[in-house]
Amino acid sequence: MTTAAATVARPAPSPTRRLREWVANPWGKPRFLALVTILYLVWSIVPILIAIRFSFNAGRSRSAAQGWSFRWYWQDQDLSVWHDPDLRSALFQSMRLAGLAVAITVPLGVALAIGLTRWRGWAAKPARFVSLVPLVTPEIVAGVALFLVFVYVLKFVSLGTTAQAIGHVTFSLSFVLIIVRARLISIGPHYEEAAQDLGASPMRALRLALLPMLTPAIVASAITVFAISMDDFVISAFLSSGSTTDTVPVRIYSTGRTAPTPALNALATVTLVFTLVVAALAFVVWRIVQSRRGRGGSTLQEFAQLDAETTKLG
Amino acid sequence: MSEPKRRLARRRDALWPGLALPGVAWLLLFFLLPFYVILCVAFGTVDPIFLNPQPAWNPLDWDPSAFQFVFDGLFSAGGAFEVVFVRTFVYVVFAVGLSLAIAYPVAYYVARHGGRHKGLLLLGLVAPFFISYLMRMLSWINLLQDDGWVNRVLLWAHVIDAPRTWLDGRASSVILGLVYGYVPFLILPLYAFLDRIDRSLLEAARDLGASPRQAFRLVTLPLSMPAVLTGCVIIALPMFGDYYTPDLLSGSPRTSLIGNEINLYIRGGEQVPVGAALVVVLMVALSILLAYYVIYTARAQRRLQA
Repeated sequence: MTTAAATVARPAPSPTRRLREWVANPWGKPRFLALVTILYLVWSIVPILIAIRFSFNAGRSRSAAQGWSFRWYWQDQDLSVWHDPDLRSALFQSMRLAGLAVAITVPLGVALAIGLTRWRGWAAKPARFVSLVPLVTPEIVAGVALFLVFVYVLKFVSLGTTAQAIGHVTFSLSFVLIIVRARLISIGPHYEEAAQDLGASPMRALRLALLPMLTPAIVASAITVFAISMDDFVISAFLSSGSTTDTVPVRIYSTGRTAPTPALNALATVTLVFTLVVAALAFVVWRIVQSRRGRGGSTLQEFAQLDAETTKLG
Repeated sequence: MSEPKRRLARRRDALWPGLALPGVAWLLLFFLLPFYVILCVAFGTVDPIFLNPQPAWNPLDWDPSAFQFVFDGLFSAGGAFEVVFVRTFVYVVFAVGLSLAIAYPVAYYVARHGGRHKGLLLLGLVAPFFISYLMRMLSWINLLQDDGWVNRVLLWAHVIDAPRTWLDGRASSVILGLVYGYVPFLILPLYAFLDRIDRSLLEAARDLGASPRQAFRLVTLPLSMPAVLTGCVIIALPMFGDYYTPDLLSGSPRTSLIGNEINLYIRGGEQVPVGAALVVVLMVALSILLAYYVIYTARAQRRLQA
C-alpha cells in the first residue's frame, strides 16, 4: 500500500479539529486540565512575587519597578521596617503572639483531644460538640464576642497582647483537637491498655506509650497554630489596644491603601520569610519524626491530607 | 473484675475528664460565655448621656429595640440592611461559584494526573496557607493601582483605552479578591478527597463500557459531591463575615458587606447594640445554612451505606 492510498482512505483532519483533539481528547493526556492548573498556579504565586519585588524598590513607588535596594528594609533612617517604630512593633507583636499561641494551644489542645477521645462519660458528647463549633464560626463573630467580653465582663483583661493571645488560642484550639484526635483514633486504645497491663499507671502509660506515637500530630498542630496565628487578622484587630499591639496583618489593613512607600511590602515580605522558615524547620522535624516511625511517603502529601482533615466539619 | 484492676479503671476514668477539663473550661469561658454576652449587649440599651452601651444581663430585662432597628432596615422596602444583606449574598454566591470553577479542575488534575510533579504541584497548592491573607490582598492593591501593572498590561494589549480605577467601589475587584483569598481553602479538601477515590471503581466503569467522560460524570462527580459541598461551606462561612477584602480592594460604601456594617457599629460607639444584633442575625442565618449542610451530608452518608 502506498502512502497516497492511505491519504485517500483517511483524509487529514482539519487544523481546528486537530487542535481540539490535542487539548480535549478524553483518551489522550489531559492538556486542558494541565493548562488550567498551570494558569492557576501562576495567578496564585505571581502577584506575591511582584509584591516582594516592589519591596526592594530603590524609589517610593509601590506599583512600578524602580531599581533595587534594601532601603525599605533597614537603610532608610525613618521609614524602613527596622526604623519605623510602628512597622517594627507590628513585626514583633506578630511573632510574640504566634509564640504565645503555640505555647498555650498545643498542650491545652493535646490534653483536650486525649481526654475527649478516650472519655466515655455522659458529658463527653456535648463537650466534643462545643469544641468543634469554633471551626464553623466566622472569625468576625468570635472577634466581636471576645471584644465585648473583655470590655464589659472580664474587665481586668485589658485589650492588647493578653486579650489577643486568648483570642488566638480560642480560635486555634479546635484545629489541634481535630488533628490529634484523627491520629488518636487511628492508633486505637490498645497500646495504653498493654502498657497498663504491664503495670504502668495510667499517666505513665500515657507518657510512655501514647505521647511518642502522637509526636507527628503534635508537630503538625504546632505548624497549624503558628500559621493561623501569623495569618489572623480579625481577632487581632478587634482585640488590639492601639498601634503598639497592632500585628502585621492589622498594619497592612490600616495602611494598605494609604501607605506612601514600599516599606509595607518589605514588612509583609519579612513576615512571609519568617513564617516560611519556621514552617520549613517544623516540616524537617516532622519528617524526621515520621521516618523514625517508619512511615515513608511525601511529607507534603500527608500535610495536605491533614489540612483537609482539619477543615472537615466535625 | 479484681480489686486492683477496678481501682486502676477508676483512676483511668478520672484521668480522661481531668485531661479534657482545662480545654473545655477555656472554651466555656472564652467561647460560650461570649455568645451570651453578645445577646446581652444586643438586647441591652445605650446610656442616654454617655452614649456607651448598657448590657442587660438578666433575660427578663431584655429590650428588643436594636433588633427592631435591624429588622426595619432589613425588611422595609429599600432598607439600608436589605441592600447590604442581598449584596453580601450575591457576592458570596459569585465568589463561591468562581472558586469552584477554578478549584475542581485544579484539584482533579493534581490528584489524578499529578504524576512525578505531584510534590511540586502540592507545594504550590499549600503555599498560600503560609502567606498571610492580608499580604495577598496587598499584592493586588499594588497590581490594581491606577499606574499598576494590570492597567499597563490592559493598555498595552488595547483592551482598554484609558487607565481604569479598579480600587474604588468595583464589585469585580472585591469578588476577585474573595476568590483569590479563599480558593486555596477549597482546593485542598477537594484534592484530598479526589486523591482517595478508589480507582477500581473507575476501572469497573470503563470495563462496563463507559467512556472517560461518562466515567467522570457517573462515578467521580457524584462521589465527590459531599466534598464539593463541604469545601463550599468552608469558604462561604468566612466570606459572610469578611469586611477587610472590600475595605482594601474598594473602600467604598457601594461594596459594603454585612461584615462592614458589623465593624462600623461595634467600633462606632453609639449604636453598639445594633452591631451585636447584626452579629446575632448573621449567626442565625449561617446556622440555618449549616443545619441544611449537616442534614444533607448525613443523608448522603446513609445513602452510601444503604
